[in-house]
Amino acid sequence: MKKYLFLFLLISSSVLAQTDKTGRKLPSVSIVTLEGKNVSTDAFENNGKPIILSFWATWCKPCVLELTNMAELYEDWKKETGVKIIAVSIDDARNQTKVAPFINGKGWEYEVYCDPNADLKRALNINLIPHTFLLNANKEIVWQHNSYTEGDEIKLFQRVKDLIEGKVVQD
Amino acid sequence: MRKIIIATSITLFNSISLISQNNFGELHGNFQVDAQYYNRDSLIGAPVVDEKILSNGFMNLWYTRGNFTGGLRYENYLNVMQGFDSRYKGAGVPFRFASYKNDRLEATVGNFYEQFGSGLVLRAYEERGLGYDNVFDGTRVRFQPVKGIYLKGLIARQRTFFALSSGIVRGFDAEINFNELIPGADSLKTTFIIGGSAVSRYQSDLDPTYKLPENVGAFSGRLNIIRGKVNFLAEYGYKINDPNATNGYRYNKGHALTATISYSTKGLGISLAAKRLDNFDFRSDRTASGIGANINFLPALTRQHTYNLPATIYPYATQPNGEMGYQAEISYRFKKGSPLGGKYGTEIVVNFAGTNGIIKNPTPNDTLGYTSPFFKASNKMFFRDFHVEIHKKFSKKIKATAMYLNWVYDKDVVQGLVGFGTIFADMGIIDVSYKINTKHTIRIEAQTLLTKQDTRDWATGLIEYTFAPNWFLAVIDQYNFGNSDETKQIHYVTTSTGYTKNGNRIMINYGRQRAGIFCVGGVCRNVPASNGLSISILSSF
Repeated sequence: MKKYLFLFLLISSSVLAQTDKTGRKLPSVSIVTLEGKNVSTDAFENNGKPIILSFWATWCKPCVLELTNMAELYEDWKKETGVKIIAVSIDDARNQTKVAPFINGKGWEYEVYCDPNADLKRALNINLIPHTFLLNANKEIVWQHNSYTEGDEIKLFQRVKDLIEGKVVQD
Repeated sequence: MRKIIIATSITLFNSISLISQNNFGELHGNFQVDAQYYNRDSLIGAPVVDEKILSNGFMNLWYTRGNFTGGLRYENYLNVMQGFDSRYKGAGVPFRFASYKNDRLEATVGNFYEQFGSGLVLRAYEERGLGYDNVFDGTRVRFQPVKGIYLKGLIARQRTFFALSSGIVRGFDAEINFNELIPGADSLKTTFIIGGSAVSRYQSDLDPTYKLPENVGAFSGRLNIIRGKVNFLAEYGYKINDPNATNGYRYNKGHALTATISYSTKGLGISLAAKRLDNFDFRSDRTASGIGANINFLPALTRQHTYNLPATIYPYATQPNGEMGYQAEISYRFKKGSPLGGKYGTEIVVNFAGTNGIIKNPTPNDTLGYTSPFFKASNKMFFRDFHVEIHKKFSKKIKATAMYLNWVYDKDVVQGLVGFGTIFADMGIIDVSYKINTKHTIRIEAQTLLTKQDTRDWATGLIEYTFAPNWFLAVIDQYNFGNSDETKQIHYVTTSTGYTKNGNRIMINYGRQRAGIFCVGGVCRNVPASNGLSISILSSF
């Protein structure tokens, strides 16, 4: 009996898990612009187009690699899909003032914010960085991924295209 | 029994899914478990672990509906892993909170993390990987009366492991952004932001001989001016007399100053920073030392390194009771197509940072302990780091990083030891990655540290193979080839593999771990040598 109950629960949970792929809204948390201004994540906007939200830090090598690799493709991605990349730095007071020079040194064109006490990172339940989210037109999280390996950006862009074409975004 | 647990957890997840589907709010969280099986290894001096297996685990669960958020974290240490504080014992729910937020007001009761300004007088934060968590437990209100003015107030006690430290912390912070506050100033070329904090700790005085201050106040003021490509940020902090365990129960006042100026434009970034700390260790328990009950956050003013040798052999840690430091960093990108830039551009970073002690003229006739001239550093060098780093992409398949570092490190001062003296070290690092195709990449690191002191010369080699989007496999060998004691010329080899899917990751390591100091942000922990098999599973949902 227990076995059947277990099987039933397993099936029903996987069914529910399938139908519950989307829905989680971006939490409303106060973060800081590179100009020192407090803003809410509610202000993230891309006119109904998808947003890639990437958490990074100046000391995180795989994060910097991910953002560097995406930077080379960003122009093409924007033209093709209108996607916007928002990079949120979790650098604390030790490195926060270096974020702007770092980005300029790299020549990145992203919208960048600082989350110096990890309030947004915590609200999104991130264990470690890099951690990347894909948000749909309603700013709901449709996909997320932690860590980065070379080539991940190709699959990420495929998901952006799937999202725009109304397909189900999955791994 | 196990099935019942699985079934219960599946039912729980089912209800989670139902809740989020039916708009009853959202339940989400994250989870992590780390466990290690410890082998005996007397050669590297690994402590014997009676339990054989040790494990740390936690789960956060947050519920959000409209303006309401609530959450909790369960943690367990069965028993606590090597290298973490032994006061993490057993299991519990040391974090739970409820919070309401609208456009102007946010009220939180229970546990919360907070930072005033750069954290000079107050910062509660967590570094789970280091076992650091000084979260507040009390009440906090954030309020925005008008556009451009941000107020925060809190009253709380602080977590120390599975207890609360004995003091009560009261804090208030105000920040004014003039460009938002003054109508029309939004379009000005210069941005002005000022802020101020006042923090007070109450702890009763039970000392039979000394009269200790029960209420200790710390204050700070900060200024941020941004004009075009230039950003200036300074913060000054002051603390009234606070005799405590880390300053030898002296009654002198504390001072802190940090200042940074940076200039950046496309392809060029320059930043200059300076700081001075004198008697600025501030805790919610005057008897605490080590990591525990810290109210403020004083990170080291040096580059945070990530390559194995510079990050873990001689990392600098702030000396809150007296240091004076500076840092200069320039990053420049040679454009694509220029002679030095080549086809893909070349980046270069030069960083120079140093920290000395402050001058302390003893005053034996009073309880203050010493006087100290503000603008003068002592000749005693605690740490110096000069390094040059170059990144270059050679083709679509090959890119490389080369780095040279020259360090001075006073091991006695930084690690609180005696008899090791000052270490002078040179390091070289080469990191090459080769992209076999869009999915497969192989990366090789070769590092060396050369010094005539301490354990002498080290080398690290690493080979990492990644298979996008899910897998990685790596082997790292740290080799103390120069140790003057030949029996200690040991290879520390560790093999790691990991699998990632969406917000989930599993990682397995097998091998030897060198004893060392691991630092993130402002905290460091000593990790003893170990040999064994470890597994780490984490998930965000």
